[in-house]
Amino acid sequence: MRNFGEWRWGIGLVVAVLVLGLPVPQPQAEPQERVFRVTARQFAFEPAVLQVNPGDRVVIELRSSDVVHGLYVEGYDVEAVAEPGQPDRIVFVADRPGTYRLRCSVTCGDLHPFMVGKLRVGRNPWLWKGAALALWGVTLALFAARPRTREGGR
Amino acid sequence: MTARFDVLRYPWVRRLVVSRWPQYLVRVTLLALFLLAVLAGWLGTPVGNRNFAIVGVWIAWWAVLILVAVPFLGRAWCSVCPLPLPGEWLQQGSLLGPRGRGGWSLGRRWPRRWRHIWLQNAGFTALALFSAVILTRPGVTAWVLLGLVLLAVGVSLVYERRAFCRYLCPVGGFIGLYAQAAPLELRVKDPAVCAAHTEKACYTGNEQGFGCPWGTFPLGMVRNDVCGLCFECLRTCTYDNLALNIRPLGADLAQRRGAKLDEAFKAFILLGSALTYAAVFLGPWGALKDAAYDVGAPSWWGYAALLVGLSWVILPGLFALGVWAGRPRLPWRRAFTVLAYALVPLGLAMWAAFSLAFVAASVAYVLPVLSDPFGWGWDLLGTAGWAWRPVLDGWLPLLQAGLLALGALGSVRTARGIGETWGWPRAVYPVAGYVALMTGGMLWLLLG
Repeated sequence: MRNFGEWRWGIGLVVAVLVLGLPVPQPQAEPQERVFRVTARQFAFEPAVLQVNPGDRVVIELRSSDVVHGLYVEGYDVEAVAEPGQPDRIVFVADRPGTYRLRCSVTCGDLHPFMVGKLRVGRNPWLWKGAALALWGVTLALFAARPRTREGGR
Repeated sequence: MTARFDVLRYPWVRRLVVSRWPQYLVRVTLLALFLLAVLAGWLGTPVGNRNFAIVGVWIAWWAVLILVAVPFLGRAWCSVCPLPLPGEWLQQGSLLGPRGRGGWSLGRRWPRRWRHIWLQNAGFTALALFSAVILTRPGVTAWVLLGLVLLAVGVSLVYERRAFCRYLCPVGGFIGLYAQAAPLELRVKDPAVCAAHTEKACYTGNEQGFGCPWGTFPLGMVRNDVCGLCFECLRTCTYDNLALNIRPLGADLAQRRGAKLDEAFKAFILLGSALTYAAVFLGPWGALKDAAYDVGAPSWWGYAALLVGLSWVILPGLFALGVWAGRPRLPWRRAFTVLAYALVPLGLAMWAAFSLAFVAASVAYVLPVLSDPFGWGWDLLGTAGWAWRPVLDGWLPLLQAGLLALGALGSVRTARGIGETWGWPRAVYPVAGYVALMTGGMLWLLLG
């Protein structure tokens, strides 16, 4: 136990790295084309959450119901810009699992920086890895780390 | 006493903090930027992400404050904050250091019944209720900033020292709580020297410096919340009896003295507002954004009830249940208060993780706005036309997950320390459950 005490942070770090490196199983569905008709208005996308499987070909047709809006997909660096009556369209292959924010890329009003949607590609590995990492942190603190007191532990 | 490293042993560091000039120049520069923000808010474009009032304050300043200053330097921001500066000049009758003549303040003592941070808690909650408007409308930001300065001036003209900072500033309470986790502290070297010193120049002042502007007697200081790192005590101490220590993270949180119920509630207010902000500003729910923005509308009242209810009732209530289940060996209210400090590392991590996403998406506005602070079509730096793109693409989830995991670890570790300090080993279990719940919620909001 004393040896473990001396090595606890090293072991904790190794386990944390292992957790981050673990693969998260993804749905094994045949890739297909997914078409989403997204309507943008101040300050929301409708639908706000797009769910696809890894490998799907994603088509987003962006329409605006009020002012000029953009739709920028974080992580994929693709963008559509729609004016009222003039829709735009982007096509890309969702080949990276995870959750990516859709952001309005054209200043459209006060809450523009917070006009956000989400693209979910398969299972989000970071959500699971983050949860596992936090759980490991709690476990480490419960059973291995020396407590933080005024004297900094014994 | 665990290892501390006094950085004042380096003569250049001592010169840097004891001399008034470096701090003064930074403060005056920040005051000029503050005035620029107010003017930009009034005169500049109403488009928030093209106006210095919004981008300079809520993106640039906020990023530095929450990602660097508070976690690593504690209350260092308070030492250079421009908000109380005009009031201090009037109160002290001097622009730089004691001049031997009084200022224009009545110099009253802050009323005893208001010597707590409940007003700061209420002020922070009020700002949070209107944050969707304050954070996006330059004119409103300008009025809020000016209002805070005028309040600070008014308080300085009636009361002694920096009463505004210690008891009223809505940001000050936030910084004071989280500064207790920071790896930097100003403390007395040898308590016996202070105890024997009859003049107490650190509190009363002398020709070298003012008495502690925060109304703190350094000998009695055990936590960072009551020290604004203004370094006046370093200037006034005639015995060289103060140290500026590098210390372990979270060193204040588990100790026996100095825990207060008002600060404990601040921990829950900050947890509740971090969760609410993550949902409103980073979530995909348009109706929630509308509710936060439409001040006075029925939906806004619903948002206000959610924020206030979560921060002041639900989160502390859940924690109180956990404390009760943990069978405390000290009076229940005391147990609730001391154990709430365990939530400080997680709260700080939640704010940092939220702010990272917020800043990563908006930091690209900083250089264009520096080039054109009023949105009038200037291009002072040649960067006004730079295209917007988020930064940290791909790294953000890793950083956020890592921050939250570290926060969870720090909180549970602190809870073990509190349990050890108070002879209450079960204390850690309710905190571990609570921390797991909060961390899971924030992970889902940020990464889900």
